[in-house]
Amino acid sequence: MPDSTSVLAASTLSDALVKFTNTFGAILAFVAVILLVFFAAGRATGRLAKPVAVVVFVGPAIVLLTAGLVVPALRTAFLSFYNSDSSKNVGVKNYQWAFTTDDIHRVLINTALWIVVAPLVTTALGLSIAVLADRLKRQSVYKSLIFLPMAISFVGASIIWKFVYDYREASRPQIGLLSQLCMALGWSHPPNWILSAPLNTFLLMVIMVWVQTGFAMVVLSAAIKAIPDEIVEAARMDGARGGRLFFYVTVPMIRNTLVVVLTTVMITTLKVFDIVRTMTGGNFKTQVLANEMYSQSFVQGDNGRGAALAVILFVAVLPLVGYNIVQLRRERATR
Amino acid sequence: MSGVGAVEATLAPPVTGPAATRAVRKVFSSPVASVAMIVLTVVWTIPTFGLLVTSFRPAGDVANTGWWTFFLHPKATLDNYHTVLFSGGFGVGGGLMPYLVNSLAIAIPATVFPLVIAAMAAYGLAWVRFRGSDAVFFTIFALQVVPLQMALIPLLQLFSGGLHLGSVQILPAFGLGGTYAPVWLAHTMFALPLAVFLLHNFISQLPRDIMEAAQVDGAGHFKIFRTIVLPLSGPALASFAIFQFLWVWNDLLVALTFTGGGPEVAPLNLRLSQLSGSFGSKWELLTAGAFVSIVVPLAVFFALQRYFVRGLLAGSVKG
Repeated sequence: MPDSTSVLAASTLSDALVKFTNTFGAILAFVAVILLVFFAAGRATGRLAKPVAVVVFVGPAIVLLTAGLVVPALRTAFLSFYNSDSSKNVGVKNYQWAFTTDDIHRVLINTALWIVVAPLVTTALGLSIAVLADRLKRQSVYKSLIFLPMAISFVGASIIWKFVYDYREASRPQIGLLSQLCMALGWSHPPNWILSAPLNTFLLMVIMVWVQTGFAMVVLSAAIKAIPDEIVEAARMDGARGGRLFFYVTVPMIRNTLVVVLTTVMITTLKVFDIVRTMTGGNFKTQVLANEMYSQSFVQGDNGRGAALAVILFVAVLPLVGYNIVQLRRERATR
Repeated sequence: MSGVGAVEATLAPPVTGPAATRAVRKVFSSPVASVAMIVLTVVWTIPTFGLLVTSFRPAGDVANTGWWTFFLHPKATLDNYHTVLFSGGFGVGGGLMPYLVNSLAIAIPATVFPLVIAAMAAYGLAWVRFRGSDAVFFTIFALQVVPLQMALIPLLQLFSGGLHLGSVQILPAFGLGGTYAPVWLAHTMFALPLAVFLLHNFISQLPRDIMEAAQVDGAGHFKIFRTIVLPLSGPALASFAIFQFLWVWNDLLVALTFTGGGPEVAPLNLRLSQLSGSFGSKWELLTAGAFVSIVVPLAVFFALQRYFVRGLLAGSVKG
């Protein structure tokens, strides 16, 4: 059907042209407005000059942040005490629901598993790789390849791993790498990976670990390189080697960085949503908090419950982000 | 591929001479570490490699044999990419092409808008000192703790239903359905706390002498911002731009909430997420589609590795 294909291609092309014209038009209009405002505001002189500059420079950010973040967040907190269409105050009923319903129990347990296991494994692997690679030639090649998944979206990563976990009956030729490996190692009937709880939750965590290890490795590697050589030399004079050197010198010297990496991965993990949504849609007992929040708000249309779950997520993330930001700030200040 | 190492070098203060480093490295060096590292790197790369190989295999081969058999019976084709991109292999006219266009049309403005607005705010807070500027900066900085989830429901209500106070309508419905504007706006708003923080760190460190010299020459704030601050802030702007572009390109949550999911506005990533459920068995198409979506970030990664790593490290707490 060469005709219909070329017609399709032509309509796709014209559609793309319209979209790009609109997009770049919007950017041009945005820049033009800013330049115009700059020009007009630049004419203000004397006592007016400074207040005008403040309003023009800082005003847009404050308006956008107020309308897009501050007010909505307050409103979410407010909505969490109302029913599904926000017409009636129901007190703490949504929170009661979140902490007593069996389904949501499973969600909270899964989320807890995620934030304990995934960050610990990620940090441990990142540290091991940083230490291993620290001694090698061509280490940047290895590091680049391990860092590479950081560039891939969680959706892309999920599809990559869904293919690895693909299930076929044992009698047919396998196309999933994991099943094939298991069978090659003598396990003749591997399970349908994605359907078998609780194993599937851990298989989903593998994706998170795969993506985030590169981040942990780069940060920890920089911290290890920053340990003064005199300290390492002194420890070696005293007879520390290999494992002892690692546990008594390296690890204590980079303890702060380790904690920052751990909390950063925890924050990412707590908000993880794409992996579960793409792999299982939250089925087969793999649901987590962030995805349940989305499902309650936008699939079930229950704004009250969705808002309550968002608030729970916020409260869980708060100490981690708070700690993290303070640490980052302190590090910057001392440098 | 020296980007990752180069960034580490800039993160770590140089403490030792090269001789000492070499001596230490020689002592530590061991074949065991080399082998372990090679094994790990291979394990890390194989899943992506399998995806890439599968996307070039004919449909029949993909359905019946594992991708590793490709090396015994190599048979490659570009059909999958053609189907996925142009001839609607996923049941939508035009295949993934409209979504790819949408991804670009969302990501580019959603990078430019917050970049400009944040640079302006950073300059205003750092160099147009006014009473309360520190408090404003700290508040913006502290907003980083608010997860996106906290803002989604009300923001969506605002875009689709306007603003009410009790029963009084203050703002009408925005009427932006079916356009990119809600996604652009949402991404811009969510990007600002981190963007202002990062750019402020950089812009506030610019040399005071230059600013004062320009002021003495009679340049106003707007001229200084355009002709001095923006050009000097190149590296910081580039790092943030790359981080934000990839964040938007790889985002699912904001797209899902603010675009609806049709071919008019929805980005590639969202479409792939839907397809992985409904076309989960057509691996030759799904792998090709996934590769189309990850090739852009990979290109950015290899071309601009240094900025990329720096941007990602700086932005690691975003969300």
